Amino acid sequence: MNGLVSVALWLAWAMISAGFAIGLARLVKGPSLPDRIVALDMLALTAIAAACLMVLGTGHAAYLDFAMVMSLISFLSTVAFARYVEWVALRRARQAEPPPLEQADD
Amino acid sequence: MTDLVLDLLLAALILSGAGFALIAAIGIWRLPDSLMRMHASSKAGTLGGSLLLFAVALGIGGLDVVARSLAGVGFLLFTTPIASHLIARATYLLGVPRWEGQVRDDLEGRYDLSARVCRPPQRSAASAPPIPETADGSPAG
Repeated sequence: MNGLVSVALWLAWAMISAGFAIGLARLVKGPSLPDRIVALDMLALTAIAAACLMVLGTGHAAYLDFAMVMSLISFLSTVAFARYVEWVALRRARQAEPPPLEQADD
Repeated sequence: MTDLVLDLLLAALILSGAGFALIAAIGIWRLPDSLMRMHASSKAGTLGGSLLLFAVALGIGGLDVVARSLAGVGFLLFTTPIASHLIARATYLLGVPRWEGQVRDDLEGRYDLSARVCRPPQRSAASAPPIPETADGSPAG
């Protein structure tokens, strides 16, 4: 790796780290369940990006497998979470007095 | 010369990919409601990840790495719309408060939650094209 690409890699690591921190903040803050799922999805995409940077920095192609597996798992988990949220919505629709939305994810 | 062009292209791919990932994160933090956050994460995040996978294919080379990165790009492009559509649907069904600047909701009253179906839109007199009438005044068809 020569100077240009390694400088770009350092800048990219800084941006990815900032993005990961912001995504974590949204994951903690919420305020509702879909916000957290979206934040988790974005964090998985950030992890894929970080794995790509690892491949470029170290030259080990094994991190690429990590990126592929991460994208598979994040898709499956997002679909599962979405089904779960639909189930919560269905249950709330059947309740006479559903609890406040912030407590909908019990 | 060719090396310089390749390095410039590689650096541009890396920086734009990481930049789009950062834009996705900023969108997730700044946008006012869940549906808009989903929009930021799915579009900008997919673009950022795809650009970085392209950067891997360009920077490392070799048939196995290129094949895996292109497969990763294809997989991202196939799965992210499905996942974000499901999140958006679940968000809508849960009834999360939306941004107060939203002016219309085309799905209002169309979802039958227990049957998990979305009915076709009810044509209202204001928006529907006029129905051609037969001679006795009843609607055609």
